[in-house]
Formats: sequence, structure tokens, C-alpha cells
Amino acid sequence: MVETGHFALVLAFALALVQALVPLFGARTGNSRMMAVGGPVAVIGFALTVLSFATLATAYASSDFSVANVWENSHSLQPLIYKITGTWGNHEGSMLLWVLILTFFGALVAVFGGNLPATLRANVLAVQGAIGATFFLFILTTSNPFIRMNPAPIEGRDLNPILQDLGLAIHPPLLYLGYVGFSICFSFSVAALIEGRIDASWARWVRPWALVAWMFLTGGIAMGSYWAYYELGWGGFWFWDPVENASFMPWLAGTALLHSAIVMEKRSALKIWTLLLAILTFSLSLLGTFLVRSGVLTSVHAFATDPTRGVFILSMLTLFIGGSLALFALRASRLTAGGLFHPISREGALILNNLFLTTATATVLIGTLYPLALEAITGDKISVGAPFFNLTFGPLMVPLLVVVPFGPLLAWKRGDLLAVAQRLMAAFAAALLAVLVTALFIDGASAFAALGVGLAFWLICGALTDLAVKSGFGTVAPDVMLSRLVGLPRSVFGTALAHFGLGLTTLGIVGTLCFGTEKILSIRVGETVELSGQTLRFEGLYPSQGPNYSEDRGRFALLGADGSSTSEITSAKRLYPVRQMTTTESGIKTIGFSQLYLSLGDQATDGSVVVRLWWKPLVTLIWGGGLVMMAGAAMSLMDRRLRVGAPSRRRKATGAVPAASLP
Amino acid sequence: MTRFSLAALVLLLSLLFAGAAFAVKPDEVLPDPALEARARALSEGLRCMVCQNQSIDESDADLARDLRILVRQRLVAGDSDQQVMDYIVSRYGEFVLLKPRFSLRNALLWGTPILLLLAGGFFIVLTARSRRSTATAALSPEEQAALDKMLAD
Repeated sequence: MVETGHFALVLAFALALVQALVPLFGARTGNSRMMAVGGPVAVIGFALTVLSFATLATAYASSDFSVANVWENSHSLQPLIYKITGTWGNHEGSMLLWVLILTFFGALVAVFGGNLPATLRANVLAVQGAIGATFFLFILTTSNPFIRMNPAPIEGRDLNPILQDLGLAIHPPLLYLGYVGFSICFSFSVAALIEGRIDASWARWVRPWALVAWMFLTGGIAMGSYWAYYELGWGGFWFWDPVENASFMPWLAGTALLHSAIVMEKRSALKIWTLLLAILTFSLSLLGTFLVRSGVLTSVHAFATDPTRGVFILSMLTLFIGGSLALFALRASRLTAGGLFHPISREGALILNNLFLTTATATVLIGTLYPLALEAITGDKISVGAPFFNLTFGPLMVPLLVVVPFGPLLAWKRGDLLAVAQRLMAAFAAALLAVLVTALFIDGASAFAALGVGLAFWLICGALTDLAVKSGFGTVAPDVMLSRLVGLPRSVFGTALAHFGLGLTTLGIVGTLCFGTEKILSIRVGETVELSGQTLRFEGLYPSQGPNYSEDRGRFALLGADGSSTSEITSAKRLYPVRQMTTTESGIKTIGFSQLYLSLGDQATDGSVVVRLWWKPLVTLIWGGGLVMMAGAAMSLMDRRLRVGAPSRRRKATGAVPAASLP
Repeated sequence: MTRFSLAALVLLLSLLFAGAAFAVKPDEVLPDPALEARARALSEGLRCMVCQNQSIDESDADLARDLRILVRQRLVAGDSDQQVMDYIVSRYGEFVLLKPRFSLRNALLWGTPILLLLAGGFFIVLTARSRRSTATAALSPEEQAALDKMLAD
């Protein structure tokens, strides 16, 4: 019964209002009973949102087409998994998922925030409540997924075929966990501003939340990139599209936040800046939601003709971004600046990181918004596409990547640049070797490509050097070194892993962009095509029937050196009859870290088929690097210092739990 | 009213790039590889006017195909890259360029990254300087006098 869900959503809205107002008032007047209201209300609000989401998901799973939202985005013949993921494969449902995650995080603060100062906890929950209330109101007034239709249609209109993919099950939830995770950092910042002070528990709470949000956002972006790569059928992995930029900006700002929070936690410096970054990061998340949801990207005119949603989101942005920044301007001077340090120090390196990352964020922001603003103000239309970002974002990233290996090796307060440079000699030599090998032994390698490979190796070896130096490689006996390595704080491993992953991603990007090859051709059955040493033979087109689509599968045999078939690649053209949409299912064969990517085109009257073939060297490292970065964040989260209120001794698992029994 | 239901990034992307699997068709490819490479490079900088943020090299819209063929015709006719671009802009306006021109109108767009980097760097240096001077020039005249007195004793 979706009415139950609708009702639960209204209740959750009312509770969010209570959560926004009562604890805030209690904190101002010192009323501990009013402050204590926040916790239970947050938990119950979460439970109600779960109920609301669950009823919608059930309506989707059972194909209840009397619900307009289900009718528009589902079909009875869809496989069950796509029926369920279809719940958030549309505007209304995805907003419900957004608010579900928001209340989940709010409930986490309520449950685990017992060790926070009472007023801070009350204020944080109040800010979370305010965000929640606004989003509930947005859903209820402009994007209600629970509207019924009478009479109920017999059959649904099907989910957009491109979304009928496992990517939809993973990408949006991960992305939203990231977006919304930063709301906690935001709430903590606003709470600190309301109170006019930042205490030790603030930093200890904000950094792990930033890490969690960053980890999920990294995964969400990497997954989205891979999904677009294989689903859209032409092998691009990043398009500098406004929609992608919308998720990339919070990631860049969040990365800066992650690094400045380290300085704040360790050295209690950069407090005000960290606070501002936390506000900006979530503001960019909200802006991303606005850009994607309001339709302003599709066209400024579409936005003007149906402005209800857009205007609501715009007012929400003004309220939260404007409000928090005004509060910041008013209160930031009250916060005391912290520790002193020399420019050549870990702090100095992290400030450099922040300078470049925030400039990069602003570059992406202006590139995304400039055409919109120009058109709104002057009516002139210009385009800002990939060439702009490559020219501006690229040069900003290179110096940042060059200094990355220095950062973790520099000492706090005052570092010795020369000593660090000496320690990095091996990494530098490896990078130089990579440049030379690339330039001398790979055909057609430009100087740019060689330097790119060198940069990637510099990052990878720099991360390894960090671990080697900190475990005393070369200065102590191997067994001592090993035990030191194991005993290193998890956050040291986390840093090294994340920087290692960054190197892998860089290598993947350079490899794909600089050494990728492509062929467009018409091919007949039995003919072979050769690309970058791989030979394919076209075996023919075979019609096939899926649950809610029909397809023509083009089968290609990958030939070995002796001309015999070693494996098969299939690419298909699918027709989804309900929406009359065709999609291209790309055929991908992973060879080492590289991929052979094949995309099937139209069939000509003479029986030949158009085929586009790419060789994408090291392409999997782009996303593999993202996974390694996520692992780095997870490793960092396991650091004992970050486990708020963790018992002093780690509980050892009693008895061996067989791994297979774990979910 | 047909309304696009946008799930997530990829959904909008999918709408932008739907059916983009075949952009450049085999029959468009020029026989001269050098000329073809130039055509591809130019195509990547030209927007498909009926698509969203998609270059004509990536799009399979008819208009994109017409533009690709036009670019190739101009190249075959002996135009330089700049001449081809100028010709296309004269026909379609600056909107067609994915890389906006360096003009006064776009000064803010191109200037922001470098200005922000400089301003940020300047701010950091200034803050560090003022911090250091306050940290070292800590002794007031009275304190200095008291210190001198103590040292003299």
C-alpha cells in the first residue's frame, strides 16, 4: 500500500521539523530535555523514511501500475532486479533515496553521538533536520512518487533501457552516500558556527565522516564512469558533461576537505578553512542536485517553462548555502586560529594541495555555470566542452600530482625538503626510467605521453617510498622492517594506498588517451580485422530474444597467433519495443589491464556490418585506481584514532568464523 | 507531457549520448590518413548543435554528420584548420565551438583559474608572513625592559 508510504513520508516531514527546531531551541536556552528530543526523533524519522521507501520499492517489485511513478518507469516483463532498481531510476524515487540516506546518517549521529557535547549534538541534529525537512517538503510538493492513477493502466511504460543495467543498482546509491555523507560535515560546521567554538570532538567527528563520504563518492564516480563507458557504446570514460561535473566538484572539494581536516586534527591549524571547506563541499553537493534535477542543464528555457522544481531547489540552495556562508562571515572571526608552522612542512604541503584542489573545483564550477550565466544575462550562447577543461583543469592537476609524493614524507611543523628529495630519489629514477622506456620503445609515443607515464610512475613509486621509509627500509634488518611495516598506523597505509590508486588512475588515463587505437570499418562474415596486434574474425549476426527486448548479437572470434579462435566477443544491437529504443551492448574483452572494445553498428543491404573497434591500453586501471583509492579510505577509517568511542582494546573474534558464512 | 525521468548521472548522459555508438561512418572517412586525422581533431572541438555537450565526432545525429562532411570537404579543398573553424563559426556562430574563444566576453571564464590560483597563493603567503611576524615580534618594550633588567641582575 503506497498510501502507507505516503503517510509515513508526511509524518517524517513533521518529525524533521521538530528535529530542526526543538533541539536548536533547547541548545540556545540550555534546556537539556529539549536538546535530547533530537536523538529519538532522528531515529524514528529514519524508520518512517525506510517504511516510505520500502512501500515504493514494493510497488515497483509487484508492478503496481496504479501508482503513476511505477507506471512511468516499469514494466511487468522486466527482470526483478531492474524492477527494484527502477525505484530510484527516476526523479521522484531518487529524491526519496536521497532523503533516505540523509535520515540514515542523521540517525547514525543520534545513535553513536553519545560522547559528543550535548549542545553540539543537538545543533548537528537540528541542522540535519532542517535539510531533511526541506527535502521532504520538496518531494511532497513537487515530486511525489505516491500519486495514484484511476483507472490503473494494464501495463507500464518500461524503465529507460539504458538504465536496465547493474550499474543502476550500484552507481546512484554510492553517489548519494557520498553526496549526502558530506551533509554531516556541513551540519557539524554549521553547529560549530552556531556555538561559536570548535572543540576537539569536532575534528575527531568530521574527518571520519569526510572519509566515508569521500570513499562512497569516489566509488560512485568511478562506477558511473565505467557504466557510461560500457553502456553508451563508444568507449569514452569521461565527458566533462555538466552532469558529471556536478558530481566531480564535491569530490574535488571533498578531497581538499579530507586533507585540511588532517592538519586540523593533528595540529589544530586551518580550523576556519576546514570549516569553510566542509560548508562548500556540501553546498556543491546541493548544487549538483540542483543542476541535475531542475532541468536547467537541458535548456535555460525548459527551466523557465516549468520552473516549480527549479525554483524550489534554487530557494533551497539560497537558504542553505547563503545562510551557512552568512553565518560563517558572522562567526568565523570568533574561532581561534591554531598552530604555527614553517612553509616547508607537512602542513605547507597540505595547504598547497588545498590551493590547487580548490582552484580546480572553481575551474570546473565556472566552466559548468558560465554558459548558463552568459545565456541568462546576455542571451549569447557559447559552449564550454572538453577542450576547455583539458586546457585548464589539466595544467592545474600536473603540479599537484608532482608534489603528492613529498607530502606524506615531510615532517610536521618544519620539514627538510632536501632530505625528502633524497628519499624520493629511487621513485624519481623509476619515473625517469618509465619516461625513457616509453619514449624509446613505444611507437608513436609523444613527449607528452612519455611524461604522463613518468608522472604516473612517480606517484606509484612515491606511495611505495612512503611505506618503505616509514618502516625503515634499508636502515634496519628485514625482519624488523617487516614488523614495523605491519605496525604502521592504518592511516599511513590509507594515505599510501590512496596515492597509489591515484597513480594507477593516472596511468590508465594516459595509456588510454595517448596509446589507444581505433578502427571504423564495414565487415562481412568470415572477414578478419587487425588492431594493435589483436585479430578478430566476424562470425555472423545471430538474433536472440531477451525478457523484454530482442537483439541481434554480432559474434566475433578473437584469433590466436596460429589463427585459431581463442575466445569470443559479442556485441549486440538491442531493441526495447515498449519505448521503441535501441541500445548498443558493447563487446569488451579484457586482456591484462587493457581492453578490446567493440561496438556494433547498422547492417548494410549487402550483408556487411559497420563495426567500430578500439584498443584501450591500461584502461581498466582508471577504475581500478578508484577502487584502490576507496580501499585507502577504508583502511584509513580503520585507524584506531578515528574510531570515535572505540573500546581501548580491539575485540578479537572469538573462534574462527568461516569466511563463507559471512554475508 | 513527456518528461524525461532522470535517475542519475548516467541517465542524463544516456539521453545525451543515446545511440551515439556510431558517429563517424566508414563512408565518411577520407582516403588520406593525415587529412582524416586533422578532420577528426577538428571534429572533436565542434559541438553537435542538436545534442547536448557532445562533439560532432561523437554524435550520430544527421546534423553532426552534415558538419563532419562539411569539415572534410573544406579540408580537401585545401583550407587550413583555422580557416575551417572560421568558416564553420561564420555559419553556425560561436556556440558551435566546444572551446570558447579567448575574447573579452569570455575573460572571466578563462581568467578565473589563473586569477584564483594567484590570489590564493598570494593570500597564503601574506597570512604566513603576518603570522610569522606576530610570532617573532612578541616582546613589547616593557617586556624587553624587564628582560634587560633580569639579564643585568
